[in-house]
Amino acid sequence: MKQHLPATLLALSLASILSACVTINIYFPAAAAEKAADRLIDEVWQVKERTDTPEPAATESETK
Amino acid sequence: MNRLFLSAIFALSFFFMQPAAMAADIEINTPAISAIKNSMQARHNQLAPHYTSGAVGLTRDGLIAVRDAKAVPLKDRQSVNTLVAAENKDRNALYKEIAVANQNPQWESDIRNTFAQRWVEKAKAGWWYQTASGWVQK
Repeated sequence: MKQHLPATLLALSLASILSACVTINIYFPAAAAEKAADRLIDEVWQVKERTDTPEPAATESETK
Repeated sequence: MNRLFLSAIFALSFFFMQPAAMAADIEINTPAISAIKNSMQARHNQLAPHYTSGAVGLTRDGLIAVRDAKAVPLKDRQSVNTLVAAENKDRNALYKEIAVANQNPQWESDIRNTFAQRWVEKAKAGWWYQTASGWVQK
């Protein structure tokens, strides 16, 4: 009987890990989605390339 | 017997861990998603002035909309409408593609909501976005 205790504990902890995994799989991974969205938005809006908006002061380049 | 039982549990646990490990990350590097992304990236230079002028704003459902057509010169209004329509088509396709690429098509609305928040979060000061009570300037 004493020999079975560690095995039971192990089985219980594994069961809780299993249920956690199943939960992750069913529910939407919001944090990961946020990171993925940020990466994609940075690329689409090219956030990394220009940190501030260099407003062209004179927009009278219409030479006609 | 005990050993067999333990190894069985371990094998089972790895079997269940596999989908969990896949779900922990969101895949956005597929050819379909990259194509949409490139299309949106190419369009952004044309849309950016309209975000700044307030003619176009970010909607609550992760799309964009013309919120003040008067901010656009009359001759350009049609082209802005066309830009907005094309952008929204890409955005809708993007949310769907990401859900499909992650083997969970039912995530589309969650992905849309996530993007809706992140577009606003990353928008520049002065750009307009939609809230439950109307348009707000960042």
